[in-house]
Amino acid sequence: MKLSEIVQKLNGKVLNSKINLEIEVNGAGAADLMSDVLASIQPQAVLLTGLCNPQVVRTAMMADVLAIVLVRSKMPPVETVQLAENESIPLISTPYGMFEACGILYEAGLNCLERPVSDQDCFAS
Amino acid sequence: MTEQTPLRKSSLISDQEAENITRVEELAYEIKVQEVMTPNPITMTASVKMQEVLEQFRVARISGAPIVEEGRLIGIISIEDLIRCLIQSDLQAEIQKYMTHNPFTVKGDDPVVEALKMFVSTKVGRLPVVNKEGQLIGILTKGDITRGLLKALQQDYQTEEVRRYRASHLFEDIESERTSLILRYNIKAGDFTHGGEASSKIKRALSRMGASPQIARRCGIATYEAEMNLIIHTTEGGVIRVEIEPHQISIDVYDSGPGIKDVELAMKPGYSTASEKVRELGFGAGMGLVNISRCVDIMKLESVWGKGTRLRMKIFLKKEDTVGEGHAAKS
Ligand SMILES: Nc1ncnc2c1ncn2[C@@H]1O[C@H](COP(=O)(O)OP(=O)(O)OP(=O)(O)O)[C@@H](O)[C@H]1O
Ligand SMILES: [Mg+2]
Repeated sequence: MKLSEIVQKLNGKVLNSKINLEIEVNGAGAADLMSDVLASIQPQAVLLTGLCNPQVVRTAMMADVLAIVLVRSKMPPVETVQLAENESIPLISTPYGMFEACGILYEAGLNCLERPVSDQDCFAS
Repeated sequence: MTEQTPLRKSSLISDQEAENITRVEELAYEIKVQEVMTPNPITMTASVKMQEVLEQFRVARISGAPIVEEGRLIGIISIEDLIRCLIQSDLQAEIQKYMTHNPFTVKGDDPVVEALKMFVSTKVGRLPVVNKEGQLIGILTKGDITRGLLKALQQDYQTEEVRRYRASHLFEDIESERTSLILRYNIKAGDFTHGGEASSKIKRALSRMGASPQIARRCGIATYEAEMNLIIHTTEGGVIRVEIEPHQISIDVYDSGPGIKDVELAMKPGYSTASEKVRELGFGAGMGLVNISRCVDIMKLESVWGKGTRLRMKIFLKKEDTVGEGHAAKS
C-alpha cells in the first residue's frame, strides 16, 4: 500500500511541507511507549502513536520507521514538526483515535509489523 | 578506487527519482539566476545592420543577443526576428527596426523559480539578466536552468557519495596493531529537547562507514536507550563513548550518579522508576535495558549506588560486514 493511500484512508493531514507520499509501505505498528516501539516494530513500518513530542521522531529514526501517524488529531509542537522536516520523516495527523485508525488500516489489508526485534534482527548475528 | 558501491535496491529507484523531483523544486528556490546564466553574452548595438546579426549568429552559434547602449539593456534580437527580416530581404536594415524593445528581464539574484515563472508567462525563449542597477550581466535560457539544476543535483549526490566513500575506507590505508575511531558525546540530564541526537549521529556515522542497516539499527537502538537513560535517570548527565573498529563496536556509557540500587531488578522487563511526567513523554516502560540486551552481543551493567553507573556494550561484526574497510553496505 502506498503512503498516500494511508493518508487518504485515515483522512490524514500531512504536516511536512515537502515530502514524498508515493512510497510503498509494508505494514504498520502502534505503540505509545518508546521502548515498545524500539522493541517490536520492524523496519520500514508506519508507526501509529498518541505521542507527539520530538522523541517520537528520534525513536522512529532509530527503528527505521517509514512514517509517523499521530492519532486523535494531535497537533505536535513545532520542535517535532521541525525535526521530522529535517530528517525527512513523513508526519501525518489523523482525526481517528488509535483503535479506529488501526482498524481502518488492518481492514484495508495492511500487514502487522509488530514482531519482536530479536527474532531476526538482533539475535541473528 | 575502481570498485563501485551498489547503493540502492532497484525497487527504490522510483522513490529516489521522486525524491529528486522534490529536490529539484527545492533547488529552484535555492539557486540564483546568476549561478546558472551565461555571463558576459555577446551584445550588439541598435545601429548595427541585420546582415551583421546574421554573421554573428552563424559564427558564434547563438540564437539571440541583447542590445545595449552604454551598458544599459535596451532590447533583444532573436533568430525569429532575423527570420522576419530575411523574409523581407531586409538585411541592410538596422537592428532597432527588428529588435524587441524593453524586453522582459530577470535579476541576477532572483531565485531560478522566478525565471521559470517568467518563461511560462511570457513564452520567450531567453531572458536578459540584469543587476540591481539595471546593467546587463548575462543571458538565461531554459537550457541554462536545466543544466544548472542537474549540476547542483549531481553535486548534492556526490557530496554524500564522497562522504560515504571516504568514511567507508577510513581504516584501509592506516597501518597499526589496532586501529580504531572514537566518538564521544556529552549528554545533559533532563535535556529532552536533544534526546536522541547523539544516537542519530552515531547511527549515521556507522552507515557512512559501511555498516549494514541491521548493524546500524542495533547500534542506534542500544545507544538511544542508553542516551535516554542518562537524560531521564541521572543527576548530572553522562558520557557516551563509541569505539569503532573494523570488526567490532564498543559502546561505553557512564555517569556519576545517582547509581542503581539493585542492578538485577533494573534489568527486569517492566521495572521502572520513571516519574509520571517522564511516562507522559512515552518513557518508563521499563524495557530500555531489555532492548539493549537484545541488540548487543555483550552487555555489562555496573553501578554503585551514590557513585554512578557504567554500561558497556559490544557488537561484533562479521568478516564481510566490517566497517571502514571498504565493504559496501548491503541493503
Ligand atoms: N544511568 C542510570 N542511572 C540510574 N538509574 C538507571 C540508569 N539506567 C537505568 N536506571 C534504572 O533502571 C531502570 C530500568 O531502566 P530501563 O531503561 O530498562 O527502563 P526505563 O528507562 O525506566 O523505561 P524505558 O527505557 O522503557 O523508557 C530505570 O527505571 C532506572 O531506575
Ligand atoms: Mg530507559
